[in-house]
Amino acid sequence: MSEKKLVNITIDGRRLQVEEGTTILEAARHLGIRIPSLCYHPDLSLPGACRVCIVDVKDMGFYMASCSVRVWEGMEVQTNSPEIREARRDIVELLLDNHPQECQICERDGNCELQNLAYALGVRERLFEGERKNFPRDDSSHSVVREPNKCILCGRCVRVCSEIQGVTNLGRHGRGFRTVVSPAHGARMDESVCIQCGQCVAVCPTAAFLEKDSTDDVWAALADPSRHVVVQTAPAIRATIGEGFGLPPGTNNTGRMVASLRLLGFDGVFDTNFGADLTIVEESEEFLRRLNGQGPLPMLTSCSPGWINYLEKFFPELIPLASTCRSPMSMTSVLLKTYYAQSRGIDPKSIYVVAVMPCVAKKYEARRPEHYMAEGIPWTDAVLTTRGLIWMIKSYGIDLWTLQSVDFENFPKETFDDPLGISTGAADIFGTTGGVMEATLRTAAARLGDESGRLDFHEVRAVDGLREATVRIADREIRVAVANGLVNAASILDEIVRGEKQYHIVEIMACPGGCIGGGGQPYPPRSMKAMDPELLALRAQALHAIDGQKTLRRSHENPAIQRLYAEFLGEIGGPKAHELLHTHYTPKLPRGIR
Amino acid sequence: MTAIARTDNRQEVLAAARAELPVDIVAFIEDCRRQEHPESNLIAVLHRVQEHFGYLACEKLDAVAQLMNIPAAKVAGVATFYHYFRMQPRGKLMINVCMGTACYVKGAEKVVDRIREELGIDFGQTTTDGVFSLNSALCLGTCGLAPVVMINDEVHGKVTPDQVPALLEKAMLKARQSMEEA
Repeated sequence: MSEKKLVNITIDGRRLQVEEGTTILEAARHLGIRIPSLCYHPDLSLPGACRVCIVDVKDMGFYMASCSVRVWEGMEVQTNSPEIREARRDIVELLLDNHPQECQICERDGNCELQNLAYALGVRERLFEGERKNFPRDDSSHSVVREPNKCILCGRCVRVCSEIQGVTNLGRHGRGFRTVVSPAHGARMDESVCIQCGQCVAVCPTAAFLEKDSTDDVWAALADPSRHVVVQTAPAIRATIGEGFGLPPGTNNTGRMVASLRLLGFDGVFDTNFGADLTIVEESEEFLRRLNGQGPLPMLTSCSPGWINYLEKFFPELIPLASTCRSPMSMTSVLLKTYYAQSRGIDPKSIYVVAVMPCVAKKYEARRPEHYMAEGIPWTDAVLTTRGLIWMIKSYGIDLWTLQSVDFENFPKETFDDPLGISTGAADIFGTTGGVMEATLRTAAARLGDESGRLDFHEVRAVDGLREATVRIADREIRVAVANGLVNAASILDEIVRGEKQYHIVEIMACPGGCIGGGGQPYPPRSMKAMDPELLALRAQALHAIDGQKTLRRSHENPAIQRLYAEFLGEIGGPKAHELLHTHYTPKLPRGIR
Repeated sequence: MTAIARTDNRQEVLAAARAELPVDIVAFIEDCRRQEHPESNLIAVLHRVQEHFGYLACEKLDAVAQLMNIPAAKVAGVATFYHYFRMQPRGKLMINVCMGTACYVKGAEKVVDRIREELGIDFGQTTTDGVFSLNSALCLGTCGLAPVVMINDEVHGKVTPDQVPALLEKAMLKARQSMEEA
């Protein structure tokens, strides 16, 4: 290990030593100074595009963008002076001068970085009034809405789409005032190579990218007495929903979430975790069959709909490797309209299934033709993101989250409804990287007769985006790979295509960190940015904590799942399970370029 | 791995891309791809495509993207950034309005406004009937005649907004005549 050289610098009159290669902006953080910034994102390349983070570097004669200038020996930096403050304020005012003045009716009102910045920099009047942008809004996609009039051309979406996801659907087109961020040729999002992961939504500082809102549909269903409205919540929601109410990241709020859903008026509150356990039972069966020569290896997991979209557009040749198991959301929805409907004597057509997901791509998954029960009847009727549910809870006026008088330790003893509310710890970890792998290995190990009783597989948690490991279970060596962020996934898939690496099973999640970093998760607290490793670690910790506290931690031990097979599905991996719980994928155009 | 080949659409996509472009450009791209940084030849490829077709249609850009293995958003980004590249076919009659300093001071902006009004197109656009294209020039070297408008290779000097309709009509008549003669 070569030690990095240290550099002596002065920031605001205070001397400090930082590693060579540090940017001024990062160095200032060591002193507790947060230089205002906008286009900057710590996990993306540094374009220095917006100029908000300018500082005065002695003898330079012009202000430098602190996000992209690296320190040098003897550098003297001034982060504040009346002149710099005025210059920064002017820059933000100029960004605002062609920005729609409609904050009050904007979805990002209250958590818009541009709005926060304008406030912090002291923009109190509009001195400049420029020509407004007049581009059409694109809401063609089931998942992502593009609103170019609110774009400030910071390029974060372009960078995340290409640098983290390897999709490169978004680019800057044209030049000068007419520059617009869009898919190639200004194509509609639903006709582009977009995989609908929603990371553009997560990193956008304004409302230029938003999720397709489904809350109106859900309010309408809840108000319709002829509908039996049920809801299911994904594993990752309980660990992040509190952030929307100002609670610290990494706190579990299952009880408050369930209580809030009951207050909203849902007739049944179920857990996608149940579907996750079921997915593991089916998927480990599929895996063991393939391991015994019935089917191709490696098996690629298929729970992440952003990843499945990517597979169909960018790696269609690998479609036969993907597990045919439906996602936990889809399995739960199917069972709600079959098993649950039958056992309760409810007409499946009157059941309205709402899924709360950390994901915007789930909105598209729910509209895939292969996910319809019959003409016009989808298995999943509406998909809300974590953000959408937070908004509904606030809009309703449910106050369980902030009331000081409530004893949060013991409050409330609300649990999911039976039987689709019972789950094991293996399902909880689905929401984070390595979780699907770990859950599969737990069940596969038991089925292979592994006697170690091993439950934790820390080596498969790809906290840095990519992991390879060889796991010994029942005297067999299982070679596994885990990836999150599709650039990471592509590096494994390329090796598979070229035949360079032989794995038995590969877990892929489209979003950084897995579902906890999904495109539908709450916008991060002001001190953090989307994809922040610290934020993702806190959220993951919360899920691993629930898993650790449960008595049952292997999916096949879930008594409700066992009953489901005995009463309804028959054999694991049998004909009925195949008909209801499995699906297929097809190559899609436009073909992505990787 | 036979099952794997079945879902691979790469060869079809490439065949469709090749069919969009003339053989020599496909060969040129293949040449570029054998070099160390094939993407650095993108602009050279775009020049050839525009030379051949007169403009850069979306399908051609997509074909270039597939054959060069550069994401379409990047290809389109480059094509729309440079003034030289046209995204629409050029009209039979090319109107170039000089927006250089002298012409600008002498009222070129008002002349352009009138042309926009008459034809319903802006700079870089072509009328729906494919007759006129409008472009700006930054000095045609005849400042004494400011403001100057060129229609194809004919120079019109000291143009006023009121002369615009007649100017356009005359150009159109002349074009029609030459077409009939041909």
